[in-house]
Amino acid sequence: MMLLSGDPPRSRVLTLLLVVIILALAATPFLFPGAKALNVAAKICVFAALVASYDLLLGYTGSVSFAHTMFYGIGSYAIAIALYGMGPNWAAVATGIVVGLPLAALLALAIGLFSLRVAAIFFAMITLAVASAFQVLASQLSWLTGGEDGRSFQLPELLRPGTVLISKSLFGFEINGRILTFYLVFAVSALMILALLRVVNSPFGRVLQAIRENRFRAEALGFRTVFHLSYANCLAALVAAGAGILNALWLRYAGPDTSLSFSIMLDILLMVVIGGMGTIYGAIIGATIFILAQNYLQSLMGVASKAASEAGLPLLPGLLHPDRWLLWLGLLFIASVYFFPTGVVGRLRNGGGDKSTGASH
Amino acid sequence: MTEIAAADPLPKPKRDIAPILLPIALALVMIPLIGSPSTWLTLTAASLAMGMMIFIMASGLTLVFGLMDVLNFGHGAFIAVGAYVATLVLAPFAASMQADSLWINLAVLAPAALLSMAVSGALGLVVERVLILPVYGQHLKQILMTTGGLIVAEQTMYALWGPQIIPMPLPTSLRGSFIFGDVAIAKYRVLAMLIGLGVFIAIQLVLNRTKLGLLIRAGVENREMVEALGYRIRRLFLGVFMTGSALAGLGGVMWALYREQVHASMSDELTVLIFVVVIIGGLGSIGGCFIGAILVAMVANYGGFLVPKLALVSNILLMVAILMWRPRGLYAVTSR
Repeated sequence: MMLLSGDPPRSRVLTLLLVVIILALAATPFLFPGAKALNVAAKICVFAALVASYDLLLGYTGSVSFAHTMFYGIGSYAIAIALYGMGPNWAAVATGIVVGLPLAALLALAIGLFSLRVAAIFFAMITLAVASAFQVLASQLSWLTGGEDGRSFQLPELLRPGTVLISKSLFGFEINGRILTFYLVFAVSALMILALLRVVNSPFGRVLQAIRENRFRAEALGFRTVFHLSYANCLAALVAAGAGILNALWLRYAGPDTSLSFSIMLDILLMVVIGGMGTIYGAIIGATIFILAQNYLQSLMGVASKAASEAGLPLLPGLLHPDRWLLWLGLLFIASVYFFPTGVVGRLRNGGGDKSTGASH
Repeated sequence: MTEIAAADPLPKPKRDIAPILLPIALALVMIPLIGSPSTWLTLTAASLAMGMMIFIMASGLTLVFGLMDVLNFGHGAFIAVGAYVATLVLAPFAASMQADSLWINLAVLAPAALLSMAVSGALGLVVERVLILPVYGQHLKQILMTTGGLIVAEQTMYALWGPQIIPMPLPTSLRGSFIFGDVAIAKYRVLAMLIGLGVFIAIQLVLNRTKLGLLIRAGVENREMVEALGYRIRRLFLGVFMTGSALAGLGGVMWALYREQVHASMSDELTVLIFVVVIIGGLGSIGGCFIGAILVAMVANYGGFLVPKLALVSNILLMVAILMWRPRGLYAVTSR
């Protein structure tokens, strides 16, 4: 209870789901052999933290930011550039963290102070513009970022796949640097999610919710809303940059497609809405559903598409093509905003009842 | 306070001309910086043409927001749809496009543009009914719904037309430039300027000289009051939304011809540009949108010529500068 900051899942099915997901993630190196399963599990961890930090903004303050991938990208690039430039040692990892996190927080503060004074809609537009400018900047400053190719780098000795920590003869499993990296990703993601849970259940988190429900009233109660919103923005940016660092460490690479592109932003939005806004737990559920779909639904769609084209149906093969999986998730997204705005988590908590979260106006 | 007699006409509101002078001043300042007058003229013409195209695309968005407080994040999809629909007409008539006669070329281009406008306008109807009506009045859900719409529209376009870039060559008679002395102005840019100016004048006339326009302007200023007077503002809004979508489609065709290619991702790229324009102009203001579009295009063109590296972030810098000067855009027409 202390660990969850007094905010348990509050639904038996949800608790069961979360326990299954977390146990499965924790045991992936032993349960599911192969590089793909481990990659998927690491990606779920990273995105769960990233989406949870986005939930702090979207679900708890009601402000839509399109610049969240920018902070994610800052984290990724900071660690990538540091390890690329300084060589694979721990000093470089530390440098990346020390430079990346404050940079993300400062930028978030600047954007926040500049645009959070006005309506949510202005904030959304300005973040979109800033994020796209940043993306262009990152791909153009190729002397620093490697341009479109991004930066590949080597990890410190301890985290490399070749490093055998516990040999196979001891437990029947080989624990190598790759698995250690996975557990690093898992543990740090879990810590960040728990920290976010702590933040949203603190008095500060309550103020954020008050601002979401009625900003004018919150202001009238004496809260400096711009301060609270900027603070939340910085916290979210810090966690996003942290997730970016983990992602880069796992992939041993940072590039525009894996850490900055607008499609990642849309993915985050889909995950948080499908999982459930304003719950933090929704991030875990959303990320799991989405990334499993991304990795396994596609092959299913490939089979369906082939069957449709063999049956000679028009249009359907194109619509069912594996590359079009986002189309179906987009439809699911619209349907979930419309029919169950509280997402999977809200649905489970209310036992099917329809209690929509208030949208800011 | 001066006395106003009943017979006197109402005092005219003061005209705010500072924003109008801004692009002119910017253009004049650039003359010594660029140096060669002929280059300056070419660049200015290019910015005006680009600005007009951006204006056509952005005008619908700003009106829709001003009138109904609805921000359509999927507006870019209409642009791409317009461009794709035009290829449907232009591809079978490729021979007429190659003919070296302005009239034959225009005879193909005009129906293509009209069909694009019709399709994107009809799509606007569907989007308004399906995506925006259910979440009317809730900003957060509007943003989410229309973003979802953008994803679905983009993916459907990929499914229908494939992920490759479709070339869209300019017709023969619109290639090349008019040459005056040592100033070269591309023919297509002149056409784009004419169309853009035509659209701007048409919108201004409708808004300022017709009853419909009066209602729209009144709705932007105070929605409830217009409703209280017995006008069905929702229907008015639907009309504005469809017109805005159709204009976005037209802008899409023009932009595709300008770039001579069509791709579904053009909607992403242009959405950002349009948002910057709408923010600079002041949400809901057509005049502001027009000036904003020209400013953005000028900064892109002059900036691209003088300091190419700066062009990447020039839009953001321009937006920051304008918002420092006027925090709610050049013309703040809405009270929101």
